[in-house]
Amino acid sequence: MNMQSATAMNGVNVEALLGARAALSEAPQAARFKWRATSEWMHGTHARSTIDGYYGLGGEQKHRQPFQFDTDHPEIFAAEDMGATPVEYVLVGLAGCLTAGIAAVAQNRNIQLRSVKATLEAGMDIQGILGIDANVRNGFDGIKVHYQIDADATPEQIAALVAQSQKRSAVFDIVTNPTDVHVTASKV
Amino acid sequence: MSPHAVRRSAASVDVVIVGGGHCGLAMSHALTRHGVEHVVLERGAVANSWRTERWDSLRLLTPNWMTRLPGRAYGGPDPDGYMGAGEVADFLSGYAMQISAPVLTGTTVSKVSAISGGYRISTDRGEWHCRALVLASGAFSLPNVPPFASGIAQDVQQLSAHRYRHPGQLAEGGVLVVGASATGLQLAQEIRQSGRPVTLAVGEHVRMPRLYRGRDIQWWLLASGVLDQRIEEIDDAERARRLPSPQLVGTPERATLDLNALQRQGVSVVGRLMGVRGGTAQFSGSLRNVCALADLKMNRLLDAFDQWARGRGAACDLGTPERFAATEVDASPTLSLSLAGNIRTVLWATGARPDYSWLDLPVFDRHGRLRHDRGVVDAPSLYVLGLPYLRRRKSSFIHGAEDDVREIAALLVAGLGAPGVQVKYLLGTGSGTNARGQSTFAWNHTASQARR
Repeated sequence: MNMQSATAMNGVNVEALLGARAALSEAPQAARFKWRATSEWMHGTHARSTIDGYYGLGGEQKHRQPFQFDTDHPEIFAAEDMGATPVEYVLVGLAGCLTAGIAAVAQNRNIQLRSVKATLEAGMDIQGILGIDANVRNGFDGIKVHYQIDADATPEQIAALVAQSQKRSAVFDIVTNPTDVHVTASKV
Repeated sequence: MSPHAVRRSAASVDVVIVGGGHCGLAMSHALTRHGVEHVVLERGAVANSWRTERWDSLRLLTPNWMTRLPGRAYGGPDPDGYMGAGEVADFLSGYAMQISAPVLTGTTVSKVSAISGGYRISTDRGEWHCRALVLASGAFSLPNVPPFASGIAQDVQQLSAHRYRHPGQLAEGGVLVVGASATGLQLAQEIRQSGRPVTLAVGEHVRMPRLYRGRDIQWWLLASGVLDQRIEEIDDAERARRLPSPQLVGTPERATLDLNALQRQGVSVVGRLMGVRGGTAQFSGSLRNVCALADLKMNRLLDAFDQWARGRGAACDLGTPERFAATEVDASPTLSLSLAGNIRTVLWATGARPDYSWLDLPVFDRHGRLRHDRGVVDAPSLYVLGLPYLRRRKSSFIHGAEDDVREIAALLVAGLGAPGVQVKYLLGTGSGTNARGQSTFAWNHTASQARR
């Protein structure tokens, strides 16, 4: 059962988040963020992406340090497997977003989490990307996410945590709803 | 003097109420009791929108025994039934007569502006000056339609729930109903029963059974105090006010209308409509989650009812607690649908908002919504009634008017100062006083016209 007397310690600063929500309702311009990545081709199907700066709260911001991510394809694709495939990074993003949401919602509802483990699986028919069958889409034909959660909460409260996290998740929105993508190129 | 004559000079009155629906009439009743002179300006007849902006089969979501206004309750033979729109209109007309409400029908307000000590109300039948103004013009006047509606091909008929009357209006062929409130589900069911293939696009929604433990769900909401919850007690007031109406229908069978029932009847349920691109409608992949959220919320509500009923069960003669099957979602929900060949009509059941286009006052926030605190608008002596969750969860229901009106009328009267004190300086002409005496007769005359 949820122990209402003690304050849950999940390491999420809910007060700061709620404060930001209140402040940004008054200053909607500061709520406009731009997330950025750069990427460079290394060799074969191997590319390296770097995450460093982003824009938000009315100015340029920086992560504490740059983060680099190698993407490649496994050897059965005749590649060198120098990193996870890009589609696997989509699962990384979705898991990271939903799990962060679960922690934040749990903190807000004063539910102590002990462990939150997710297993993700996305189906894909590669006849799409190989151009074998025009009726097969390139991307996932579905994503299954399963959470195993140990917490001071009833099964219904845990189901509600996971549902609320999906409702507020950016990556869940990005993968479930259409997004306009504008790609340009220039010769150097 | 004919009540419909256009006056050349402005008439003055302490309070103008814009709108002769249930809220405007209830406020009129309250002001009469306070001895405050006022007039109700109504663009059509009393209960105009119930007569002109409702589909043929519409019934209230609340049972007859709940349908009440200050000084009038349902007295008919079917307390557990649900009034149709015509019956609601008759109920309101009867109320207007009973309370001798000073309603000027056929009077459309074109503009409201601030003047010294009050407001100038311009109408198509002359001008009024008042010290206090009550907006009771309805919460659901303008249908919300997403911007991408304009990108849908011309050969697909589009209409909003405001314009929908019956399935015979629609072309033969598939219908996409957008929205999963009471309206969306009721229209999806009715159109499906007409033989047309129906696809229902479902975003966040509120699921409720019609009956729970042998009682109408509205009885539970009322008896357990949920409908009386005040807006200031709610964590996220903004969200509470945006909540779609619960999936309910008022039928003689008192049947539950939910997504499972519709799917059994052959309605295809898809996710929220996110856009239409190249003639293809795109639906969100969040259908499973919005259904899970609604199921969880319904079960929490039923848990709360059960807890409330503990110890009261015998007294209320209640049935045993029950739980309902989870909402069924297709193993692979449809994510896109080509309109050509599949959809002849898109029916928008995507909610509605009030129309204050005639209100020329700086009282709107950056979203164009009226700035108010529980009905007290951010301008002197200006009040609003009947908006969803204005003061309480029941605020937009007919029976919800009574408590809100009592409190807001008290604020209004206190703001005016002692009743009967007239502000001559407002007009600078003597015509106001004179017009009042004559108008009383005219108003009653109008009310008796409404009776016929």
